Amino acid sequence: MSHDIATLENIVAQLLEEARQQGATQAEAGVQVRQGLDLTVRLGKTETIERTRDQGLGVTVYFGQRKGSANTTDLRPEAIRETVAAACRIARHTAEDPAAGLADAALMAREIPDLDLDHPWEIDPAEVAAIACRCEDAARGHDPRIRNSEGATLHTGRGLFVYGNSHGFLGGYPTTRHSLSCAILAEQDGEMQRDYWFSSARAAEDLQAPETIGEIAARRAVARLGARKIDTTECPVIFHAELAPSLLYALFNAIRGPSLYRKASFLLDSLGEAIFPDWVCISEDPHRPRGLASAPFDNEGVATQARDLVAGGVLQGYILDSYSARKLGMQSTGNAGGVRNTCIDSSGETFEQLLARMQCGLVVTELMGQGSNTVTGDYSRGAAGFWVENGQIAYPVAEVTVAGNLRQIFGGLLAVGCDNDIPGAVDTGSWLIDRMTVAGN
Amino acid sequence: MIDSLDIARATLLDASGLDEQALVQVMDRLLSQQIDTADIYLQYSRLESWVLEDGIVREGSHSIEQGAGLRAVAGDKTGFAYTEDIDLPQLLEAAGTARAIASAGQSSRQAIASRHDLPQLYTPLNPVDSLDEAAKLALMRELDEAARAADPRVQQVIVSLVAAQDTVLVIDDQGRLAGDVRPLVRINVSVIVEQDGRREQGSAGGGARRGLDYFLEDERALGHAREAVRQALVNLEATEAPAGLLPVVLGPGWPGVLLHEAVGHGLEGDFNRKGTSAFSGRIGEQVASPACTVVDDGTLPERRGSLSIDDEGTPAQRTVLIENGILKGYMQDRMNARLMGVAPTGNGRRESYAHLPIPRMTNTYMLPGEHDPQEIIASVEHGLYAVNFGGGQVDITSGKFVFSASEAYLIENGKVNRPVKGATLIGSGPEVMTRISLVGNDLQLDSGVGSCGKDGQSVPVGVGQPTLKIDELTVGGTAA
Repeated sequence: MSHDIATLENIVAQLLEEARQQGATQAEAGVQVRQGLDLTVRLGKTETIERTRDQGLGVTVYFGQRKGSANTTDLRPEAIRETVAAACRIARHTAEDPAAGLADAALMAREIPDLDLDHPWEIDPAEVAAIACRCEDAARGHDPRIRNSEGATLHTGRGLFVYGNSHGFLGGYPTTRHSLSCAILAEQDGEMQRDYWFSSARAAEDLQAPETIGEIAARRAVARLGARKIDTTECPVIFHAELAPSLLYALFNAIRGPSLYRKASFLLDSLGEAIFPDWVCISEDPHRPRGLASAPFDNEGVATQARDLVAGGVLQGYILDSYSARKLGMQSTGNAGGVRNTCIDSSGETFEQLLARMQCGLVVTELMGQGSNTVTGDYSRGAAGFWVENGQIAYPVAEVTVAGNLRQIFGGLLAVGCDNDIPGAVDTGSWLIDRMTVAGN
Repeated sequence: MIDSLDIARATLLDASGLDEQALVQVMDRLLSQQIDTADIYLQYSRLESWVLEDGIVREGSHSIEQGAGLRAVAGDKTGFAYTEDIDLPQLLEAAGTARAIASAGQSSRQAIASRHDLPQLYTPLNPVDSLDEAAKLALMRELDEAARAADPRVQQVIVSLVAAQDTVLVIDDQGRLAGDVRPLVRINVSVIVEQDGRREQGSAGGGARRGLDYFLEDERALGHAREAVRQALVNLEATEAPAGLLPVVLGPGWPGVLLHEAVGHGLEGDFNRKGTSAFSGRIGEQVASPACTVVDDGTLPERRGSLSIDDEGTPAQRTVLIENGILKGYMQDRMNARLMGVAPTGNGRRESYAHLPIPRMTNTYMLPGEHDPQEIIASVEHGLYAVNFGGGQVDITSGKFVFSASEAYLIENGKVNRPVKGATLIGSGPEVMTRISLVGNDLQLDSGVGSCGKDGQSVPVGVGQPTLKIDELTVGGTAA
């Protein structure tokens, strides 16, 4: 990589100095560069090799309470002055905003812990192709009904990032991310079904085995064959572990600063209120070593820290950056840029125990469309999965919707399975919800 | 009209100190005997955006993106590399990386031929400078005031304004040099209304390949502000949506997102070459009711989804996808067209120089039929009338697709009745298209707001349709 952290720190320092010279009273700036390789094999042959190389810098200036931002992919020295000038031009026209400005100096991260996020993978395209082939071969060999493929893709990449502001904060670190995915088609009696599986990690050694990823993708595609539409009903619903994070994201969207100060959330003024049953605990851990969403400081330089978002079913805190915090008369929670490594504690049941407890209902393994309204909590999404009878999976289901209101979905959470052993940015097992409307025939 | 190619050459070659000789040198590095096609894509984009919230224009941002993407294709294999630095050494290095897909060999030198003969569907202006800052901000404040004045229940108004100019230059392995300067403007108004503790939202907007003066014509932007408030107020009255199979009447215009999801993606060339689409191998077959004729048309002047040339330098076209219910053709980029033995259709698009071109839609719509919209509604005893939608999604392999209504009404005894809450509609593309029984005479295109995502790439698109009736479709409400 042609840049190192010191070079990027120097660019940030120049951006901040240029902003000061152009009259800004406060400024913040960031620079990042990323390099990587993406390789896809399909039907046993290399289909695409992409060398990726991205770079960019951004600056935000404040003239008192007026704000302007600019960014560019051009890192040459002349671009620094031009980009700061563009941000200053914007700031001449924006309005005085009492909530504008950097995060409070007292909140800046003083120490930047090493979170073990940098594990470059020295590997050439031929080796990458061999790994992707092992993955796709495992999928294609899993079952005679696997007859076509969208291929297996391996991505490996490393990025450097530096952020600084006029409080004197300057911090940066390298991160790596590698992923392997496989999308495969099963066919039977003229019906085609597609499914996929993937693994993503900071270090290559933490990826699932290529063969495992291929086999899971194939198993999932084959299991969809023969899917039926069911009659419209009300029943319990299990959101399988890989989809359950979408319900947590629906929660996070409703307790984010902008949704709250705009009064655009169904969880307005819910701090300190029970929004889940009393056994539910949801936590955030930004410092988890090798965590996919780990960060020692947030996008404003504010120190991140572990905390409970929900404890005993009660909402403990919002997700705030400095702007939304000021709008709400509160303090930043170090979440500029979002939540980092969240986890909902399991209530202890295995997936089979969840099925037994549900007895009869729908397991959802795919969700389609948006259909989640943060203002009202109304929820209606396309779904596919499996019908469960007598606590056992009976047959695959497709072309249905699951609908309800997120308040009732959260309040009706009966159990969270212990069936997720792969750490991700959002850790959760499968969710058993007491009752939702399933629309079909 | 000013020539787009001349502007693109000045922006991307002259400004970087590059000439035709340099391009020939880079193309030589990219080509070898085994390479079937190759291209160099140079891009310079600038974008300015403003946000008004709580009555003040609180933030603005200026953005410049530039770079070059180099691609070499051998059979169905693609090598690709890109760089943010547009200079000869970086271009040569990227060319060497991209061609590594095929083994080395001699290539033939191609002279550069500038293509000035291509159509220009929009003026190559820079919309960022099409209004001065004071006028941009005044427009946003006017929309805020109009939305608040429209009804006392309006609690929050957010107005966003975006102006962008995208300048591209494409050189292919035949030495053909094509350029395009693409203006794009977009405005959006979103409101929150409150009544007796109940809050609802509404949002409306529009855009075009024009300058920002587009929004001032015919009070267009003011119309969006009023429309956002109207939608939000309708939602305040909405009750539970029905659940189950119902006849559904879709309004004209934006509900055309139905076609985009139900058939559009399934007719993209890459999926059909690979045999992964529910429509694969079905050319010449009846795939929709005889009332349906669907086209993808990138040649509509100044539309958001239009392109004078696609991102491979192919002029945009009007492609008939389905004619009277019969599947006629797919949408193609150069690679998939070559591998399927057909001609490219001007649908090779990419989000930027940092992405590979793939077959994508432009403006996809259904041609009008002969029925009066009122007659279509009157034909339904009990059903849903849906006039506004959020996004949609499709599984092109199984054909299952969804799209989410944001404004809908019950139809009772042939009359539009009370509003119901937003709900997701789900169906199977090939089945639903055969259940379109009535097509209205009121074709409308959307207001210029659509964006489509595929393989992690987002591009602006358009949709449209007349009022139409689907005999049955699953409606994902909560009222059994």
